[in-house]
Amino acid sequence: MQECLRAETHEQEVLGCADILHSERMRGFLLLALSLVTTAHTEFCRPDSQNAFKVRLSIKTALGDNAYAWDASEEYLFKAMVAFAMRRYSSQKTTQISNVLLCNVTDRVSFWFVVTDSSKNATTVPRGEVEAAIRMTRNRINNAFLLNDKTMQFLKISSTLPPPTESSVPIWLVVFGVVLCLIVAGILFLIVSGIQQRKKKNKEPAETKNLEEKCEVTVTIENGMPCDTLNLKTGQINGGYEADDERFTPL
Amino acid sequence: MYGGGGFLIPYLIMLIVEGMPLLFLELAVGQHMRQGSIGAWKTISPYLSGVGVASVVVSFFLSMYYNVINAWAFWYLFHSFQNPLPWAACPLNSNHTGYIEECEKASSTQYFWYRKTLNISPSIEENGSIQWEQAVCLILAWLTVYLCILRGTESTGKVVYLTASLPYLVLIIYLIKALTLHGAVNGLVYMFTPKLEQLANPKAWINAATQIFFSLGLGFGSLIAFASYNEPNNNCEKHAIIVSLINSTTSIFASIVTFSIYGFKATFNYENCLNKAMLLLTNAFDLEEGFLTADNLNHMKEQLMATHPNDYVELLPQIKNCSLEAELDTAVQGTGLAFIVYSEAIKNMEVSQLYSVLYFFMLLMLGIGSMLGNTAAILTPLTDSKFLSTHLPKEVISGIVCFINCIVGLTFTMEAGNYWFDIFNDYAATLSLLLIVLVEIIAVCYVYGLRRFEKDLHLMIGHKLSWYWKIMWAFASPLLIISLFIFYITDYILTGTLQYQAWDATQGHLVTKDYPSYALAVIGLLVASSTMCIPLGALAIFIKRRLKREHRSTVA
Repeated sequence: MQECLRAETHEQEVLGCADILHSERMRGFLLLALSLVTTAHTEFCRPDSQNAFKVRLSIKTALGDNAYAWDASEEYLFKAMVAFAMRRYSSQKTTQISNVLLCNVTDRVSFWFVVTDSSKNATTVPRGEVEAAIRMTRNRINNAFLLNDKTMQFLKISSTLPPPTESSVPIWLVVFGVVLCLIVAGILFLIVSGIQQRKKKNKEPAETKNLEEKCEVTVTIENGMPCDTLNLKTGQINGGYEADDERFTPL
Repeated sequence: MYGGGGFLIPYLIMLIVEGMPLLFLELAVGQHMRQGSIGAWKTISPYLSGVGVASVVVSFFLSMYYNVINAWAFWYLFHSFQNPLPWAACPLNSNHTGYIEECEKASSTQYFWYRKTLNISPSIEENGSIQWEQAVCLILAWLTVYLCILRGTESTGKVVYLTASLPYLVLIIYLIKALTLHGAVNGLVYMFTPKLEQLANPKAWINAATQIFFSLGLGFGSLIAFASYNEPNNNCEKHAIIVSLINSTTSIFASIVTFSIYGFKATFNYENCLNKAMLLLTNAFDLEEGFLTADNLNHMKEQLMATHPNDYVELLPQIKNCSLEAELDTAVQGTGLAFIVYSEAIKNMEVSQLYSVLYFFMLLMLGIGSMLGNTAAILTPLTDSKFLSTHLPKEVISGIVCFINCIVGLTFTMEAGNYWFDIFNDYAATLSLLLIVLVEIIAVCYVYGLRRFEKDLHLMIGHKLSWYWKIMWAFASPLLIISLFIFYITDYILTGTLQYQAWDATQGHLVTKDYPSYALAVIGLLVASSTMCIPLGALAIFIKRRLKREHRSTVA
């Protein structure tokens, strides 16, 4: 500004001075606008602010060696995903990436975010809408970062857990039925065979009598003994010679 | 079923001093008298007929409640054919936003045991209804037992080949798997380090003695029943030594497997606990991932306490102090805890369905084997008695015994059934067994006469009785049992009223409660009905003889 005052005498430089003055004013305006925006930024995106959400990522836990570093590009992607979610949720809203504000990024990788409403000045989108939008497209957001519900946590947004797969017939009943049938079959078999054996035993005394009558014809008898017993190697002691042992004098 | 490091020493001592001599005694008595327990003791002295009856009563109580364990084993076995295992994860609540509260507070395996299997009520007073799933499994278990004992003890012998050998196969498979598990070494170290303060506690010795009695089957009458089917000149001394050595080797083998799996589970839980604590701190203070490790955790905790005292104090109640010792010390006691501990260990293994099926199948084989011994102890006296065996065939007698036991066992499938089961488990057999075994030894040594018995044994086994057995039978074993008895009774008198552990669904853990008066009455009845048989039997014979003498004198 002082250089401009010194050049006042020359008419040519008056115009240049006006330019400088004009640019200075522009700079002032810009500075004011920026400060307003930053105050708005800090005003909207604050931890525990009314419509702000905390996000916590566990990239190293999920990906191990393939973990990527969290930098400004990843933050940009996140803003894009949230904007995408808002657009998907209510087609009338045209949320821009600049509407999503991030703050308090830590080493944990956790941060707070808030979505501002460009149609209504200086307000944030209510909590319920953001929550509903994120829930709807949660899967897409997770997949964009190669994470899942556990490693990318939106605190205070509950996730719907997948329902367990249940078959129509409980499996244990099937196995139970099979084992039951086997055991009952075994018991019946043993009982029936036991009854049959007992019947056979009762019949046997009556049957053997019949057999003996039949066999008498076929069995050859010599000297009062049936021939088959003589086939034994041990032989048969003839009672008639027993008493003669005493004839021989003991040694 | 009882665990704890340093249990080996009381167990081995009890085996040598109690197990082997008593086993030899019972086998010899059965083989010599060639009758079931009632007849055998009557032969030794008519006043001792009560001992046999007491054995049968104890066996009857045991068979009533023991088959419920087989029902549970069946239940878990049938549920092992699913992927994932049903106790691996908590089920979702009704609106699918989270897990069922009871399951979150406890663990998924505890939830499966207490809610899905037992559907347990908060206390013993609330009986609830019969759980049809458990009832059906119990009926199946009794049908299995009936199938095995249907044809009598001869056929039971063949089944026992199967039920005794298959568990060994499974144990070997488990041993190979268990030793390769991460953290198994911790469990083994824990098992083999003796704890001196535990040795001083008489409860450990009582538990060791009860364990020996149970695993060898002393005092139940089943050994006498089995031995009565032996050849008269069978060398029962050799058999007694072999059987008890095999039994103890198997027990030690099984406990190696047990403690390896236990060490794996404890290490897993310990590492989980550490990870939870680290996650909590990382999230609360927004530290970088992987900054906290197991090694620097304590150091970092102190640092955080220094730098952010207020926040740290807020977090303090949530951070549990993780200790491997504490995990290993959680008492492995009771049948329910065994199911919980093993299902928890199995769910963390790969191919968990296979190991689960193997494990519960082995448990089933062991349980059915025990049941066969029990029912043989009940059936042999019944079939010995001329009255019953002439009127009914043995299939019908077995069927009636199984049916009565099954009906009574249905009370254990009610919602409060597990509390009644614990009553039977703790009181039906322990005190009565000690008394029965004591009376047995005193009867053989002093009533029948040790010299007479020695001569009978010399006839049977062919060589003179070694001095070791004589000393054990005459002095050591009776003294030990009497001292155990005294400890047991003084322990009961000191603790006062009896208490039990009830499951609190709202808090997700066990709470201690007092038994109501009618439960105490049942306990008293259980203990009295078996122990009173002995003096009552003697009294009955005494009165009978007096009446006969008077009758004779009046006639004369």
